[in-house]
Amino acid sequence: MDGVVQLQKQLVDYIASLFHEGFLDEQFNQLQQLQDESNPDFVVEVVSLFFEDSERLLNELAKALEQKTIDFRKVDAHVHQFKGSSSSIGAHRVQKVCIAFRNYCEEQNVEGCLKCLQQVKHEYSLVRNKLETLFQLEKQIIAAGGSLPAT
Amino acid sequence: MENGFSSPRSESFPAGLRVLVVDDDPTWLKILEKMLKKCAYEVTTCGLAREALNLLRERKDGYDIVISDVNMPDMDGFKLLEHVGLEMDLPVIMMSVDGETSRVMKGVQHGACDYLLKPIRMKELRNIWQHVFRKKIHEIRDIDHHESFEGIRLSINGSEFSEDCIMFSGEDLTSFKKRKDFQNKYDERDYGDLSSTKKHRVVWSVDLHQKFVKAVNQIGFDKVGPKKILDLMNVPWLTRENVASHLQKYRLYLIRLQKENDLKASFGGIKHSDVPSKDTSGGFGLQSSIHTNQNDVANDRDQFSGSNFYGQDLDAKNNEGDQEEIVSEPRPDSKKPLTADVPDPQDTRSSQMSFDHSSASLGSDVNYTEFDCSIPKQYPWSECPEVQSKQEHKLLLQLEDGFSQQPPGVPQHYIEIDQLQSGRDTSSPIKNEPVLVEYKSHHESHISPKETAIDNFSVQSKSLIAYHQSFEPSSTAIKSMKPQAVDLSCITDLEPCQRNLISPSDLTFPPFNEDLTVCWLQGDFLNKNFGLPNMEFADYSDPGFIADIPVHLYDTLTSDYECPYDPTEYPIVDQGLFIL
Repeated sequence: MDGVVQLQKQLVDYIASLFHEGFLDEQFNQLQQLQDESNPDFVVEVVSLFFEDSERLLNELAKALEQKTIDFRKVDAHVHQFKGSSSSIGAHRVQKVCIAFRNYCEEQNVEGCLKCLQQVKHEYSLVRNKLETLFQLEKQIIAAGGSLPAT
Repeated sequence: MENGFSSPRSESFPAGLRVLVVDDDPTWLKILEKMLKKCAYEVTTCGLAREALNLLRERKDGYDIVISDVNMPDMDGFKLLEHVGLEMDLPVIMMSVDGETSRVMKGVQHGACDYLLKPIRMKELRNIWQHVFRKKIHEIRDIDHHESFEGIRLSINGSEFSEDCIMFSGEDLTSFKKRKDFQNKYDERDYGDLSSTKKHRVVWSVDLHQKFVKAVNQIGFDKVGPKKILDLMNVPWLTRENVASHLQKYRLYLIRLQKENDLKASFGGIKHSDVPSKDTSGGFGLQSSIHTNQNDVANDRDQFSGSNFYGQDLDAKNNEGDQEEIVSEPRPDSKKPLTADVPDPQDTRSSQMSFDHSSASLGSDVNYTEFDCSIPKQYPWSECPEVQSKQEHKLLLQLEDGFSQQPPGVPQHYIEIDQLQSGRDTSSPIKNEPVLVEYKSHHESHISPKETAIDNFSVQSKSLIAYHQSFEPSSTAIKSMKPQAVDLSCITDLEPCQRNLISPSDLTFPPFNEDLTVCWLQGDFLNKNFGLPNMEFADYSDPGFIADIPVHLYDTLTSDYECPYDPTEYPIVDQGLFIL
């Protein structure tokens, strides 16, 4: 079972690094703690929901910012939503960009907004990749007969 | 689900607490659901505010607490909050990722019992039951005050209580019963034993109460004792205990009446001088008119029962986006002092006035006269002073005997129907009870005039003073009432009405601290003259009106009377509250 142990160590380290680099925050821990026998895939499910919702929000955002006359209130509303949902899984860096994004909206700064849109897309894809990697690791451990390390 | 905590989960409160979560974010919805389930709560989730309202309406007693996000696509969270508070009177917790003070303040103003910041932790959810519990406790306390009135759904006539009664609609009674149930259960403070604490509920119906009062009078109030009353009443199933507790409440009730009377007496000859001053400000235009009209009110007690309150369609007088419209109803000097005392909600209620999900303290203490809901409900309140400060709405029902002296034909009291409506489902008109609903609004522009008037009142009445004072703090709460269409159908409490007073139009009026004191003067005026010709608002020349009227009728009107009220929305009003 050496392999499993290895994998488990890898997982633990990986998660630690994500926290360390600010990709995830305490909220993610909360999610992990919520997972239990009755809901063994809770975290994956929640994160999947987040991904789905985020794609949608990002599309809306892009659309809103492409308009001739930008409706900043709408943009702000979307950003606010995105901020909320990223906070749900602890996507810390995404959340931070959203805060800056909202400020630009308030100032009605088009350039600032466009910049933030790029940033938020970037951060989102980063965290998404990280999480997918994480889930892969977990799957591997389970497949190898191991159990996920306690959080 | 049965009402109160008699559902299966009542065994080990707070486990089994029935929570309704509303959030448009699917991720959060899932997370919250899981968290709440971990707290052993019974969770229902909902992604849309409208859907949530439907769920709540379908099962009136199906939930104990609602948790809602602030930003939702189909309906603003604050609006939902108000609806829930109004219609169901459930505690509501708001959530948002935005923790700005102004938002939180808004939440509180709209009646949220808590405001959580996302990301929400489990531990924050664990203790939400406290809000449910707290509410119940308050209700119990209120019930004590209300109980004397509870059984008095008089149909106004002939009962000793008639003048002082609080008209409760059937709904109210039910809610009281519910509360009593709750009280009963919690009295034992034995949560693990809720189901076993069900006692036989005594419903003090009108008849029963009549018997009671008769017995009391027969024995002589001083010599009265539960046993004696019980014997005289000769109601086999009634226990001494029941009578004892009812007697206690009755006593409190009488004390209040007494105070009311004193208060009224002191009001006699109220400053006319104030009236004119009020008149000066634009917003007070109505006042003058009202005053004028009041004189004409025919004080006819009997007529009173049929009088209607018409929502005042104060038009245009209001100005400057000033929503207040003070309608003062000066009593003519000739009017007899009020004989019937309306239980003075002021003193006792000040503490209970907290609207925040508090039980309808307002309503219960107030005698509501029947209002004719057909009155055009223009919402004078389009920007209603923050009804939120429920505390400020004090319904003073003054039974006005003196009105009979008024020349008939003048619709005197314009009572904000919404106020009335929302407040009480009064099924039986109150006889001659001038109901004074005084909105004291410290609207900026009108503050001075108003205040003087109001202050005067305060001087005159200790309760008023107390009242006003108690509202001071709440004044800040006012206002951010989101203008909303009043959805009367859900009004069961005055409180809610007040909130609804704010029409959906934008809140343009400057935030004013309003201490809304609502005094309804009930009179003969309920006739439909809203736009009464006799209302010479512009011309206030009748200081005499105030004389006997302890409270000025204030109607806060917005300059724009287009209140998007849909009369059809107020079925309750039409039937329940005010009967002609």
